[in-house]
Amino acid sequence: MSGTFVGMPAFPEAARDAVRDTTLRGTLRHATHTIRAKRAKAVAEVSDWAALREAGKRIKDHTLRHLDRYLEQLEAAVTAAGGTVHWAADADEANRIVARLVQETGESEVVKVKSMATQEIGLNEALEAEGIRAYETDLAELIVQLGEDRPSHILVPAIHRNRGEIRDIFRSEMGRWGRPAPEGLTDTPAELAEAARLHLREKFLRAGVGVSGANFMVAETGTLVVVESEGNGRMCLTLPETLISVVGIEKVVPSWRDLEVFLQTLPRSSTAERMNPYTSTWTGTTDGDGPRVFHLVLLDNGRTDTLADEVGRQALRCIRCSACLNVCPVYERAGGHAYGSVYPGPIGAILSPQLRGTASDIDASLPYASSLCGACYEVCPVAIDIPEVLVHLRERVAQGGPVTRDGNKVVLRPARGHGAERAAMRAARWAFRHPGALRAGQRLASRTRRFHPRTLPGPGRAWTGSRDLPPVPAEPFRDWWQRTHGGKDGGR
Amino acid sequence: MNSRERILGRVRRALADVPRDDSPIERGYLRRHGERTAEETVALLAENLADYRALVHRCAPDELPSLIGRLLTERGSASVLVPPGLDASWLAGTDAARVADRAGSTAHELDRVDSVVTGCAVAVAETGTVVLDGSPDQGRRRITLVPDHHICVVRVPDQVVSSVPEALERLDPLRPSTWISGPSATSDIELDRVEGVHGPRTLEVVLLG
Repeated sequence: MSGTFVGMPAFPEAARDAVRDTTLRGTLRHATHTIRAKRAKAVAEVSDWAALREAGKRIKDHTLRHLDRYLEQLEAAVTAAGGTVHWAADADEANRIVARLVQETGESEVVKVKSMATQEIGLNEALEAEGIRAYETDLAELIVQLGEDRPSHILVPAIHRNRGEIRDIFRSEMGRWGRPAPEGLTDTPAELAEAARLHLREKFLRAGVGVSGANFMVAETGTLVVVESEGNGRMCLTLPETLISVVGIEKVVPSWRDLEVFLQTLPRSSTAERMNPYTSTWTGTTDGDGPRVFHLVLLDNGRTDTLADEVGRQALRCIRCSACLNVCPVYERAGGHAYGSVYPGPIGAILSPQLRGTASDIDASLPYASSLCGACYEVCPVAIDIPEVLVHLRERVAQGGPVTRDGNKVVLRPARGHGAERAAMRAARWAFRHPGALRAGQRLASRTRRFHPRTLPGPGRAWTGSRDLPPVPAEPFRDWWQRTHGGKDGGR
Repeated sequence: MNSRERILGRVRRALADVPRDDSPIERGYLRRHGERTAEETVALLAENLADYRALVHRCAPDELPSLIGRLLTERGSASVLVPPGLDASWLAGTDAARVADRAGSTAHELDRVDSVVTGCAVAVAETGTVVLDGSPDQGRRRITLVPDHHICVVRVPDQVVSSVPEALERLDPLRPSTWISGPSATSDIELDRVEGVHGPRTLEVVLLG
């Protein structure tokens, strides 16, 4: 994934500063609570939500199960409709392909629709290295780009910025990139949106190359779908001569009809709307309407490795709605940056360690960035059981085991730093198998309870760093049960 | 081995443990939400369009030219983009300069046009959506994007369906389509919806019938 995140500290360290930042916490709390209530209302409007969710899950599972076939079908359909299909095994290859395609047009700048896939591969930085300027045109992406910042939310990458901060960024940075912010710009959202309109207009009107992702690709027809709000997507998809779409291979669905499920569940889950303002569909190129040249870059970059994991592969059902971020108590407090990836929140905690592997500190810590409360699973419109995958990945990190990396099956060694945890689990297993020892130990603990420390020493210190050590009762439960016959003899 | 073969090979190895299953996908969801008369469906479309800040008008066929004329005048539009197949009588009530939808027009030229008038392919009542598919009365995608004012005429009740599944059925996937639900908007500032970013900031929908 993007080089921006290389060398990130583990989640607990990264989250610590965010949790202490009261402005950030206020901003995140306001935004996530606003959208939470609205989403619940938008979902309650459709009586068959559970059936739509189930169908979405089944369509995605079915597609993944026959992914090779649908990708070949898609390639044939896009080609027949006048497009050119490229395959990229990893981020570097995708970046090289896009840079070459842009260079072949003779252009030195591109306008971009917000796209998670191009964020993931660090396309902007790669293009910059080749002397190509990439302009982000989604309002939130623009805020992130102008502020030389990192995205912190899937749908609203600048969710960590409040309106005052956005105004300050526009005032100080817009001039360096093009048309400056209007004089006397205030922090009302309508004025900020107007400033973005004016700033980007000239870039849209002169753009020769557009770069996009896609929300869906229809195998049967070769149709791509982009769902958006502002119209920047339509600008990038229809005004330039050349369109390059970089799309993860898991974004394919079998048929045109399958869109009827996702075009109902995606807008309600992401922006809590019955329908987002603009949805564009296109199939290859159309004579006299829109780009004359269309390239589709199909991206693997860890997806086939994820597909090989029988528990973890359900993460590939994700349609990037970000409902799981908005309901997550950990995300609400830690913010998106702590996840060290363009995919933050609960879905990021299961996606990043699978796409990138768990070799780095941040990726090995992500499966633990959750209280396993299950709110994410409940709101997921394709029913990804995120807690199940988190527990599965924790097991992988702590115990090691077989995984697939770059298409090869390898056996992961247990991660460092989990030695104490494993020793504790071994001790617990032994104790539960030896009731006499367990009883003696519990009695000893009860009798000495006045002398217990409030925090654990040694390797246990980290555990009690953010938790109270539970007090040991005066009498072990088993002794109490025997003495009182299960409470029948008056309890105490 | 090229990347295409490499990726497809990885997919096949990753799925070696999973049996193929070609049984049709179970679709337990509804084709539409609730039964309505044609008139009720049109009313729901009007309500949902208005909810997302589209300006909704209703008129009979003989009133359409004067309505469009009035809307353009109120807006102060001096020029209007006209798709090649638009019924010429629709613009009989306006003096605004007609600008043809031509392949050779540049984006900058389109940016100088005040308004655009189009028909539509289908409208979705449950979501408050009009869908354009590039038919002759709708023109190229960019003409409904660059001008700041879009008047879209929907023939009711024929062009109105209840739901997204019913709309997809009517559309040809090989034609580029644009689904429009209200004027352009953003939720990017504190996750609150604000209307008016890059697309037309004023969307007027005329329900004709």
